[in-house]
Amino acid sequence: MNESFSWLAAIVFAVVVGLTLGLSFYLGRRAGTAQGYFAAHGQIPWFVNGIAFAGDYLSAASFLGICGMIAFFGYDGFLYSIGYLAGWIVALFVIAEPMKRRGKFTFADCLDSQFHSRGIKLAAGLSTLAVSLFYLIPQMVGAGVLVQPLLGLPHWVGVVLVGTIVILIVVTAGMVSTTWVQFIKGTLLVVFSFILTVAVLWRGLETQPDANDNRYQFHKIGPIAESRFDELLLEAAARPQSTAIDGDWRLNPELWPVYREAKLLPVIGVDSRSRVYSIDRDQRQQVFLRETQTVLVDSTGTRIVNGQPPSSDGVPARLQPTGHIERLPGNQDKTGPLSPWAFLSTLQESQIVRWTSTNLKHPNGDAVTIYRQVLTPGNEILRPGVSPTFAGIRGDRWQAKIDFVSLMLALFCGTASLPHILIRYYTVKDEAAARKSTIVGIASIGSFYVLTLFLGLGAMTSGALDITDSNMAAPLLARSISEWLFAIISAIAFTTVLGTVSGLILAAAGAVAHDLLRGVMGMQLSDYQQVRIAKFASVLIGIVAMVLGILFAKLNVNYLVGWAFSVAASANLPALVMLLFWKRTTRQGVIASVLIGMISSLAWILLSGDTYSKVYGLSAESAWVPFSQPGIVTIPLSFLTLVAVSLMTQTHPNSTQQTSQTT
Amino acid sequence: MNRNARIGLVLFAVYTVVYGGFVVLNAVAPTSMDWSPWLGINLSIWYGFFLIGLAFALAMLYGWLCRIEVSKPEQRSS
Repeated sequence: MNESFSWLAAIVFAVVVGLTLGLSFYLGRRAGTAQGYFAAHGQIPWFVNGIAFAGDYLSAASFLGICGMIAFFGYDGFLYSIGYLAGWIVALFVIAEPMKRRGKFTFADCLDSQFHSRGIKLAAGLSTLAVSLFYLIPQMVGAGVLVQPLLGLPHWVGVVLVGTIVILIVVTAGMVSTTWVQFIKGTLLVVFSFILTVAVLWRGLETQPDANDNRYQFHKIGPIAESRFDELLLEAAARPQSTAIDGDWRLNPELWPVYREAKLLPVIGVDSRSRVYSIDRDQRQQVFLRETQTVLVDSTGTRIVNGQPPSSDGVPARLQPTGHIERLPGNQDKTGPLSPWAFLSTLQESQIVRWTSTNLKHPNGDAVTIYRQVLTPGNEILRPGVSPTFAGIRGDRWQAKIDFVSLMLALFCGTASLPHILIRYYTVKDEAAARKSTIVGIASIGSFYVLTLFLGLGAMTSGALDITDSNMAAPLLARSISEWLFAIISAIAFTTVLGTVSGLILAAAGAVAHDLLRGVMGMQLSDYQQVRIAKFASVLIGIVAMVLGILFAKLNVNYLVGWAFSVAASANLPALVMLLFWKRTTRQGVIASVLIGMISSLAWILLSGDTYSKVYGLSAESAWVPFSQPGIVTIPLSFLTLVAVSLMTQTHPNSTQQTSQTT
Repeated sequence: MNRNARIGLVLFAVYTVVYGGFVVLNAVAPTSMDWSPWLGINLSIWYGFFLIGLAFALAMLYGWLCRIEVSKPEQRSS
């Protein structure tokens, strides 16, 4: 809402897109065969593949979603960083080398390497499609979010733009171009995140980060003694035309009954503008009134922002940028440059203003969203439990605690089950290269995740946040430092989306062409035909992703990725692990495990409270399942299914003989 | 099961215990994360950094241990 078009950012963006497409067309001639298109001929150097792992994995969710969540809720976003990185331990120690040894082009190749079963190819192909589509949604949402401030275009245009560019990348050169795009993106992302972090630490912390830009200073009134405040309010409520607080405003009698429940004070100023103040009481029972921001949508659909109607050409007014520290230790105004440790310890002793939103309905039917300041101690910001997602771990409800454990389990198990990550093991020459590239991946991804904490906290205190869009925190942090940095970071974020979406579409196209059409339906396809069908599938999947990206535009991208991890961990990991380490695994067991894991996790998500409230717009309490994250139920369920079905189908003499060759 | 797989499983178990400890501590005793043991920074930050650092350290250790196995046949053939 508060972004404006940046020519500089648009030029950098155009250069990045031009280079990416140029590279793809240049590499296109190397991808004529299926081996070249799906696996880059297995000739990618291990170091390049390791950085490409980072480029593939550090998606819009990691960069935009995590930074945004930390900027809005503090440490809770960092929990995702920890979980995402931990998943690479499973990939390196359990999956990497067998995956390279057994597979050829797709995840299904590895799962089916000893059974040669159409059923396994079908189950694994469907699961690859489901996980890839779930993962694609947040990437496309992130793309739309980025293009809004970069080019001043609507969200849907951004989604279509990314979809089109990615389809071109994948169609021209498959895994070859995808790998190099991911390598370039991974390098740029880690390097410029480091530069941005250094800039944040160099700037240090200050109580008025936006003072130099003459940005809006929010009103804070008080302290007012509690006894006096109640007296004033009672007086104002009884005689609404009288002055209420200090002579400048009077209580809005029409709205007071609606607002008082939410501890909000609706007033009419001497300029006849409506304003809303939140009523806060501190530990000493002193009352402060803090100015809120409001977005009112009336019955005609007109958006009135902070009491201001749209401009004459219909453009809504903008909300003010937010995010500042109210009090630093020792009541200083500014710290100057800080070391990473001093940055964290200073923040821990500070008082920080966060923003939360409340939705109300006016008596005349107008819907209003009120964004209010919440003064939060730094020690609360730097521990888990501030965000609605994780607040439950500090409460007494066991469901909330299970939900947290379930999400962390899904993040741990999900990485090594993501088809677009797994197929990267086919692009190197041998198992040693697969291992080394994973180690490089862990180093680069781990470094990036450490930086996310500083980027998110830097954004939280930058005075540049858009309270309506957590996904824009990192680019807006860069803008608060330098317009150049904003241009570069935005362009990198855009390549972040391109790199990840390319990998996802390629994985899904492989599932269609190689697993489903060739493996399941038994179509005899030449190399050329297989590549051609994969390219056609890429176009189709790209279009589906665009539609979903537009439909899910308002959800936090990081949250959506949590879903993809849960489905991947439930559908793919149990079968993969048991195939490698349990000799009695049978073909039927693998099929049942993949299908049960996929269906149960998808069903759980669709019936969960989070989906009820955030997607269907229904009450979370009416959901069918007791907590929202499925992993803690569906991952063990998938394991148990495999064991039970395998034990029931041991009669086939070949299954034992075949499975004895594992690892 | 080959040597690399055995080493991998041991290191995996080590990391799983440390990661599991973090998750369980947060779920069961979340107030323990408020404790600031060093440099005025609380346990949740230290534990998070430790998990990221440990992942890298174990990955390097794994790479080093597995390299020994690869180098043996090469030494014999030379």
